[in-house]
Amino acid sequence: MGTSKNLRIEGTTRWERFASKVGKIGGFFSQRVNYAGNVAVFSLSTIFWLLAKGPRRDSLTSCFYNIGAMSVPVILLTGSFIGMVLAVQAYPQFKAVGLETHIGAAINLSLVKELGPVLAATMLAGRVGSSIAAELGTMRVTEQIDALSSMGVNPIHYLVVPRFLSCLILVPGLTLFADLMGIVGGAYFGIFLLNVDWSYYWEWSRGAVSLFDIFAGMFKTIFFGASIALICCHQGFRCGAGAEGVGKAATNSFVLSFVSILFLDLLLDVFLDHAQMWLTGAKPGSVV
Amino acid sequence: MDAKNNEPRPYRFQNLGEREDSLAFEARAAEIEGTVFVDENGAKKALRRRPPLLAILNLDVEFNDLQVLRDITLKIRRGETVAIIGESGCGKTVLLKSMIGLISPSSGRVLFKGKDLSELSDKELTETRSHYGFVFQMAALFDSMTVAENVAFPLKQHRKHMKRSEIVERVDRLLEEVGLDPAVVRDKTPSEISGGMRKRVGFARAFAMEPELMLYDEPTTGLDPIMSDVVNQLMIGARDRRKVSGVLVTHDMRSALQVANRIVMLYPTSRLEPDESQILFDGSPSEIERCEDPRVVQFIRGEAGDRIKETVLLK
Repeated sequence: MGTSKNLRIEGTTRWERFASKVGKIGGFFSQRVNYAGNVAVFSLSTIFWLLAKGPRRDSLTSCFYNIGAMSVPVILLTGSFIGMVLAVQAYPQFKAVGLETHIGAAINLSLVKELGPVLAATMLAGRVGSSIAAELGTMRVTEQIDALSSMGVNPIHYLVVPRFLSCLILVPGLTLFADLMGIVGGAYFGIFLLNVDWSYYWEWSRGAVSLFDIFAGMFKTIFFGASIALICCHQGFRCGAGAEGVGKAATNSFVLSFVSILFLDLLLDVFLDHAQMWLTGAKPGSVV
Repeated sequence: MDAKNNEPRPYRFQNLGEREDSLAFEARAAEIEGTVFVDENGAKKALRRRPPLLAILNLDVEFNDLQVLRDITLKIRRGETVAIIGESGCGKTVLLKSMIGLISPSSGRVLFKGKDLSELSDKELTETRSHYGFVFQMAALFDSMTVAENVAFPLKQHRKHMKRSEIVERVDRLLEEVGLDPAVVRDKTPSEISGGMRKRVGFARAFAMEPELMLYDEPTTGLDPIMSDVVNQLMIGARDRRKVSGVLVTHDMRSALQVANRIVMLYPTSRLEPDESQILFDGSPSEIERCEDPRVVQFIRGEAGDRIKETVLLK
């Protein structure tokens, strides 16, 4: 069917070939817009069901366990390594200008504001997101989602709402763990292995990291958590047939949530920058 | 009846035959079609009659550009078990899933007791669906739950007033009804039991809500001959003991002849002439054996014939 269609579209004259290329570009964009629209409708109905009925407690408990408790080890590991790597990278740069006591400021600020949230969210998109997509995808393929509907249970309310809520609450919580371990890891590496004076290390860190920075980092993770849950659940729901479909859903869910994390990070950074300037009364572009 | 059903059947309310519960349906159909509804007994009397359990009007289902169902009109009466037969890919399962609103039609209507599924709110649809029992091809049990939790699931969702002990008792009774020993299977997960047992649990779960209409999606596919007969007996039990209406989608002729009291044969749209009806046959099991349409005969006898090579009409 596909080939006969292509034969019809791809003409022989130059003009027809040009037209078919324009058509393909249009098709590409209309598919993307269609996908974005589907995700938006899916997200709205999730939020509708969350507000209308709230989640069931039993399904929420198991989601909290799977998404939260099971992710703690991997998150602690991620956090401590980010902290240590930052110390290794920052030390020679600061040492060169004789400011090695300032590395705490660089490590902790970048950790709390940027790297902690983004890398923790990426880690969770891999661990939690793909498993959500694979689980829901398998349920779609084996008709369990249809079975829910046929028994008069809304699958979005039963399956998506608890996962969405868990991610919304637990991704910020887990990021806090990652930040904490990063601070500990960076300090351990800086103070014990690179012999930076500990009192200066903490003093400069305290001066550099404001409460707003911590808030900014946490604020972003709420959006990361929501986007991971919605994208991955949606991928699971629209999963194609068979093992191939499930595999594709798991892969796509990670790639798409990673892209959306990066994109949201940029948007939210710009937004938070302006918010901070507005709060402190500084003009855009000036150094706070 | 044969001759009438082999013609293309544009929907006409006079053609519906059996009048006992069809008049409100006809009024509705007349309203949909824009034809004037004239009833010799007067409209008032007509509207007091019960609509049929399930009515499908001029149903079209398309996926992307592919037309799966074309202008299907079908009525399921109370107490009737209808087998929908046809080769793989003719749209049987799509028709079954349209009956419960899992697939929404491109055009046409599905009426359950006179209510259009596509016009119902989420809450009403949920309530309506609790009158259905759906047996899935691979049982579709929830892997994360035990057998007992699977059977109790619809009860916990819809019968909130039921006590825990009542639910346990009901689950045990349902498991016994489908021929399983509750003490043995209750706490097993679906992955720990055989395919045949899963199928039985699927029946128990579908019976849990005391449905009025059972939908069976190829229930004997992939089972050994003995288990197939068990499944047939379960369906006959539902028909005779529970007095439930049923729609059975199958390509197992033995099952269709044994269980159904009416057989409908579908044919893939890709091999039909544009104005031909997709329903090749609609009648009783004894009538289908006398049917002379070569395509029906070929299916009943299971002959490859000209189909050794796949030929599809190009449109």
